[in-house]
Formats: sequence, structure tokens, C-alpha cells
Amino acid sequence: MPKCPHPRRAPSPPDVERRLDGLEARFQGRGHDLEELLASRGISRRSFLKWTSMMTAALWLPPSFERSVARAAAVATRVPVVWLHLQECTGCTESALRTAYPGISELILEYLSFDYHETIMAPAGEAAEKSLEDTVESHRGAYLCVMEGSIPTAMDGKFLRLGPKGETGLSLARRVAAGAKVVIAIGHCASYGGPQAAAPNPTGAKPVHEALGIQTIRIPGCPYNAVNLVGTVLHLLLTGEVPALVDGRPAWAYSKRIHDTCPRRAHFDAGEFVEQWGDEGARKGFCLYKVGCKGPYTWNNCNEMQWNQAASFPIRAGHGCIGCSEDAFWDDMAPLEKPLAEGAVAIPFLKGVEGSVDTVGWTLIGATAVGIAGHAVYSAARKGSKPGHDGEEGNHGA
Amino acid sequence: MARKIIDPITRIEGHLRIEVELDGNRVVDAWSSGMMFRGIETILRDRDPRDAPLMTQRICGVCTHVHYDASIWAVENALGITPPPAARIVRNLILGTQLVQDHIIHFYHLHGLDWVDIVSALGADPKKAQDLAHRFADDPWNADAKHLEAVKNRLAAFAKSGQLGPFANGYWGNPSYKLPPEANLLIASHYLDALDVQRLGGQVLAILGGKEPHTQTLVVGGVTCVEDLLNPKRIGDVLFRIRKLGEFVRRAYIPDVLLAGSVYAAEGLQGIGAGHGNYLAYGAYPLSDDLDRGKLFMPQGVILGKDLGRVYDFDPTKVSEYVTHSWYTYGDESQGIHPSKGVTQVNYTDLDADGYVRGDGKYSWLKAPRYDGQPMEVGPLARVLVAYARGVPEVRALVDGTLKRLGAPATVLFSTLGRTAGRALETQWVADALPGWVEELVRVMKVDGRTFVPYTLPDEAVGFGLTEAPRGALGHWVEVRGGRIANYQCVVPTTWNAGPRDAKGVRGPYEQSLVGVELADPEQPLEILRTIHSFDPCIACAVHLLRHDGPSRTVRVL
Repeated sequence: MPKCPHPRRAPSPPDVERRLDGLEARFQGRGHDLEELLASRGISRRSFLKWTSMMTAALWLPPSFERSVARAAAVATRVPVVWLHLQECTGCTESALRTAYPGISELILEYLSFDYHETIMAPAGEAAEKSLEDTVESHRGAYLCVMEGSIPTAMDGKFLRLGPKGETGLSLARRVAAGAKVVIAIGHCASYGGPQAAAPNPTGAKPVHEALGIQTIRIPGCPYNAVNLVGTVLHLLLTGEVPALVDGRPAWAYSKRIHDTCPRRAHFDAGEFVEQWGDEGARKGFCLYKVGCKGPYTWNNCNEMQWNQAASFPIRAGHGCIGCSEDAFWDDMAPLEKPLAEGAVAIPFLKGVEGSVDTVGWTLIGATAVGIAGHAVYSAARKGSKPGHDGEEGNHGA
Repeated sequence: MARKIIDPITRIEGHLRIEVELDGNRVVDAWSSGMMFRGIETILRDRDPRDAPLMTQRICGVCTHVHYDASIWAVENALGITPPPAARIVRNLILGTQLVQDHIIHFYHLHGLDWVDIVSALGADPKKAQDLAHRFADDPWNADAKHLEAVKNRLAAFAKSGQLGPFANGYWGNPSYKLPPEANLLIASHYLDALDVQRLGGQVLAILGGKEPHTQTLVVGGVTCVEDLLNPKRIGDVLFRIRKLGEFVRRAYIPDVLLAGSVYAAEGLQGIGAGHGNYLAYGAYPLSDDLDRGKLFMPQGVILGKDLGRVYDFDPTKVSEYVTHSWYTYGDESQGIHPSKGVTQVNYTDLDADGYVRGDGKYSWLKAPRYDGQPMEVGPLARVLVAYARGVPEVRALVDGTLKRLGAPATVLFSTLGRTAGRALETQWVADALPGWVEELVRVMKVDGRTFVPYTLPDEAVGFGLTEAPRGALGHWVEVRGGRIANYQCVVPTTWNAGPRDAKGVRGPYEQSLVGVELADPEQPLEILRTIHSFDPCIACAVHLLRHDGPSRTVRVL
């Protein structure tokens, strides 16, 4: 069970204000004016302040920081962002376009100053390359770099080539990361490798931090939830530091287990389960553990933040969590629609936590016991297999 | 003659390179190359077949859900089961809503800037723009002069900042931009509105599917969202959003395409970007509950050589894939292989010493699919033409009404402009059908509340699922042995459209459509982007489906 790693020291308000003064001066006149954006969408000052309170609390900052969060949000739309598409499906970009809570996050995200973003930018080919080079040169050390997708490393990286010079994804990512203030690994692929890194990983796909040997802030999920990116960007702007991390992920977003915030939790505790899709339990919203829910092994805030302007989230739609913010979930949590205990031998090339899966198996006395033992053992396995999972991974200056 | 590389092709999904040979300003030859490989089919082997739908959905996050749908049908086909009516309708609703949302995003956010000059909009007269909007719609979407003035001011402030973000280095002022400033302002204004409207589609998918992108409600045998299907408020939420999307299509998307079409009609009449003129649709949206899905909302069919007078029935055994010009190897590369039998080994031959693709050798991660030996275009235009030629009344009315409005003959459809218009008409065709499906769903849930059929997983089975993604015909083939996936194959829309040459050297549809395109300025590949974007490329879909290694397996041809 991960501890909640609070920041080593709370940022002091004068420091934060001084920092924001500097950022505002540096990026004056760039990008979009947030107030104008809010007005143009008919979002009132009042709604904006409510959102500010929500984000301040979400980032574990005291209410006295609300004013600073509002200022940081305004700066966020002016900071240059380079968004690289690597080995990916563009689902995370789509998520940025659509998914956030409660509306202001997505507005900020949509209007981050995307100086290079292949999915939305007007130019192509050499002109697009120019946009990239211009940003990397003129904002060296100041731009945020978001990487979407894993990086293929087999065959000298040639499973992915980009740009008029046919540069490999590996080389481009290395070059762009070198000049970035901070590199954010967005989604499961950039954070942990994604489906292409599942066994037998034919292209040698690696997450960004492994392929480049750098520290990234990982915002996993398939796709990730936009609010988690915006909160992280705000934290960076406010403090200039990487937020406290659990397993490389911002602790404020990824330190609660899906199972512990689940609206169906009472049914788990009462032993009321969906036994088969569409049965009486499914009609009544019973617990999905027996049809494969991986909520007990998954740390994310889907239940609280929800998806698509809080329209729903997978557990509400009657399908179990598939664990998409966890390392190697395609292998370790398969089959996705069966409890881990029953799936111990499903894939011959399981890696990582197969030991724990077997261990869960022997506790198969009753479903409830399995579930409870499941978390404990899974947590222990994570602890053993991933050094640093429980600790802070450092507040490196960003 | 000059060879030109355009890489990255932006405003698409994935990594696509186009190279063209220019004679002066005219494209005389073209090569289309997929530049990224993932190998998901290899990864699927030995997994539980019921994990394939969730995993294959990750093939693409832009056309999210469609691989999920195709894969579920494929596994169900292998098991010989058919889902209950409510599940079928929910799937149609999700697929249809996704199509409407995806087409809106494509027109405004991915393709729009090929037709619309944002900088020109700064010179528009908002009052005139309002009048213009009323010429193409009785009640145009958000188009009063005051609002358009505010949009113009916002664009002006943005341009004045000198930091244009994604709009920097665009081809603004290129003579191939032909819309008047007022039209540019109106469509730019709808570009911003569409950012909000498309979210409604995401919300419908979330209500029925948990989240979007990458929904999580389909299961082999049915759907999981039964609790929401029984909740009148949630059904109301779906219906409201579907209607609103339809309204945007009628009041913004269709009129904007008509407006652009009226200005760019000459391009369409000249047949710029037409390509081979062969069209293929697998058909989709089952309306009956029999195993072979006999009754479809979107009909299947094949049209050859632009002949709308004759539609052939699609025969899945006539599909084959070539690798003569792809980074794979076959024993005999002069032959194509049916996807259910085809396996390829990687044979990466790299770019040439100057960084160009080796056009006479291998040059893409995409295979070259052919139907009965012919290259085929798939996608909205293909589906609309097949439905039109088959006499589907709604499509007849939409197409004939549009042609009358533009005063153009049907041949205008065989072009880049026709592809863009066909997509808009299809959006309305589907958007008009969606509310009726909600009604059908409510009725079915009342008399038959089943959302799932139980089954037992056999040790050995083969099956396939055919559907239509926003970008065109999509097929998944699955073989199960020992209760696990022994072989998995997909043939996807962008492979049909963006694939390279075949053994005979016949160009793929993208390549063929570029031949003859004139560039106003050879340094600005605007017209090339316009034609390529009219297909709505999705390279992630097209590429990683190809097999990476392994022995050749035989699957019964289905």
C-alpha cells in the first residue's frame, strides 16, 4: 500500500507569487488570454473560482493558494508546449479534446500554447518541422514537453521514423527532451509501454523514461484523464518542481485505489456480486469483482473525477476496471474479464507479478476473501518488484 | 522533375509520409508510406479471445471503439452466437454516434484548414458573413453578426500576439484558398463551436460505454451497461445529446460543406483527386438478429470504374494483400494472399542514402490490399455511393438534393471535394437514424430485457467480423485453438486507402488520387494535404496489424 507522499515542504506563498511574476513577464502576450477564453465560452468568474478551489484542494494546497492557482491557470495558456506523437493511437490527444472535469480544465488544455502538435497544427512536412525547431530553439529550457506513445528501440529505433529527414522516434524524442523544462509521459504507452510493449513486445517498445534514461512525470491511463495533466501542469507552474510522485505518478491523482473509492464498494462488503453479465446483480449495480474488476489493484481517480464531463466511468457502465493505469496491465491483469485468481495460467509469457497471482489463488475460499487478500498480496508484490514505489521519487527542480 | 517529401503529414492519426514527383507544379507520381509499426496481432496470440476486443480497440484512439466492435463480432461469429436485440441496438448507437462525432472533428479540426484560410477571416465583414450563412441554412448555427464579430476580434487578438501556436507556419494566403473572407470567418467560428459540440458525442459514448476514448461496455455475448439502459434519465441524456449533434450537422456542418462546395465546385468537376474510381463497402449496422446479419442499415457492395449503374455483392474471399512494396517478405511476392492465411516476416530495407523512400522497392509498413486484384477506395464516399447505387431512399434524397443545390452532375462526387461532401452527407444519414434507434432500444428493453447471451468457449473456432469504421471498411479475423487466440488478422480502412503499389506496380488509392494535382506553390503542399486529408488517414490502424513473425497458419476462408 503506497504511503501518501506529501511534498517535502509546502511551497511558500511569496515564492510562488514571485515565480508567477517571472513566468507572466516571460510569456507576456503569447498564446491565449484565459479571461477572454472564459468569457467567450460563457464561463462565469464564479464558476472559475469554484474550479480554482477544486484544483487547489486536489493538489493538496491550502485555500490561501487559490489566488495563485488562478494566476497559474492564466499562465498555463501561454507556456509553449511541444507534444510529440510516438508509438501511439492518438487516444490521449482525443482525451485532451474531450475529457475533463468540470469544463475549465479542458479549456485550459485545449488552449495550452501547442507550438508543435501534429494532430492539430496547420502546417505539414518542412513547415511543421520549422515550428518544432523554432520552439525548441527559442524556448530552450522553458517549454513543456508532452510525449504520447512508447518508443520502439528494436532495429535501431527504425520501427518509427518521423519528419522530412526520416529521424527515428528515439532520436527525435531524445533531442526534444533535452531542451525541455520537464517531460510529461502521457497515457499508458509513454508511462509503461502500452499494448505494443505487452509480451512478446516485437518492436522493443519502451516507456519514455526507460528509452531515454530520464525522469518523466507519468500520467498513465488508457487514455489518461485530462484533469490529471492540467493539475500537474499547474503544480509545475506554481512551484517549479515536480509534484510528489508515487511510482512516478503524481501522488495527488494516483494514490487512491479504485476499489477504495468505488460506488459499488458496499456491495463488495456485503458479498453481492454480478455473477454473469446482464444478470439480476448487473441490473442492480452489484460489485464487479467476479467478472474481472481490477479496481483492487489499480490506483487512479476515475471514480472521483469521472470521464467526459462526468458523464460516467467504466464501473458505472457495468464493466470492471481493467487496470489501465498500472504497469504491464495487459499481461499482468489478463484475462481482463476474470478475477486474477482464476487467470493465473492464462498467458504463458506472463511477467512481473505472476507470483502474486498464484498466491492470490490459494486464498480462494470465498470471493470476499480473495478480494481482500488480493489487494494485500498485490501491493506486497508491487513493493517487492518495484523499488521506490512507496517512496517519493524526488522533487527534482523542474 | 523534383522529388518532394512531406513528412509529417499533420492533422491525421499516426505517422504518414507522402513523397511526390513534381513536373513544374504538377504531381506526376506519388508514394505513400506508413512509418510506424507496433505488431499488435503478434501480441494477441495465446491470449483469451475475450481480451482481443479490448486490446484491438487500442489500435486507434481517434476511431476509438470501432475495432472493439469488429473484434466482438468476430469472436461471436467464431462462437456461433448472436447478441440479444438490446445489445445489437446499443452497439449500433455507439458506432453511429462515434461516426457522427468523428466526422465533425474531421471536417472542422483536421480537414477544415485545407479549405479555410484563418488569416483571411480577419478581413471579413461580420454582417455579410451572417447573410452568407442564411443563404445556406434557414436557421444557421450560431451565426449572428454580433457573435461573428466577437470571433473575429478573438482571432485578431490571437494573430496580433504573433504567437500562433498550432496555426504558425500554415499556408495562409496561398492562392488555392478560394473562399471569401466571410466564408472563412463563418467556418472558423464553427471550428470553435465544434470543439464543444463534439464532446456531446463523447458523453453519449461514456453514458453507454463508461468513457471515451476507449469505451468499456461491449462483451462477447452482449453489453454491460444494463443498469443505465433501465434508467430513464440516462436514456433521456443520450437522446438529448444525439438530437443536439444532429442539429449541429443540419445547421452548421452540411451548410458549411455546401458553402465550400459552391466555391470549390470547379475542382470537383475537374475530378481533382478522384483516384481509381473503385469503391468498396462491407456494410454495417445490423437491423436484424440473425447470425449472418442479413439486414444492414448501411449496405455492402462494390462499384468499379465509377459506374454507379452496377453494384456487385462483396465477396470476402476475393480480398488479398500484397507485400511487393511493403517492408515484409513472402515466398512469392508476385502473388497476393488472403488475410486469413497471410503472414509476413519483417524485411525492412530502410530509406535510401538521401533519405527518400525506395519507390521501386519496398517503402511502407502498410500492405497493399486488393479486391479481385483491384485497388479499392473505402470510406464515407464509398458507402454513400454504394447506398445511392442500391437505391437507399434516404441517401438518394440527400445526394440528389445536394447535387441539385450545387447545380452539379453526379460526376462531381468522383473527386477530393466529393469525398469531403460524401462524408458530410453520410453524417446526416446516420445522425437522422440515431433517435429512432433509441426508441427501438426502449421498446426492446420493455419486452425483452436481455442484454447478454451465455455461451461456452469452444476449444477450436474460427470467425470474422465485418463493420464500417468512420474511415471505411473494417474486418477482423480470429482463429481460436485450445481456448486461446491462435491467429488474429485485421484488414482496416487506411490499409485499403493508403497502401503502396502491388505486384503489378498499380498505385494505391492515395497515390493514384495525387497524380495530376497542381500545386499553386511547390513549396506549400496545400493541395496534396487537401486530397490526402479528404480520405481521413488513420495510420495507426493501418500499420500495426501486419504480422511480424511466426509460421504461416491456415484458416478456413470464411
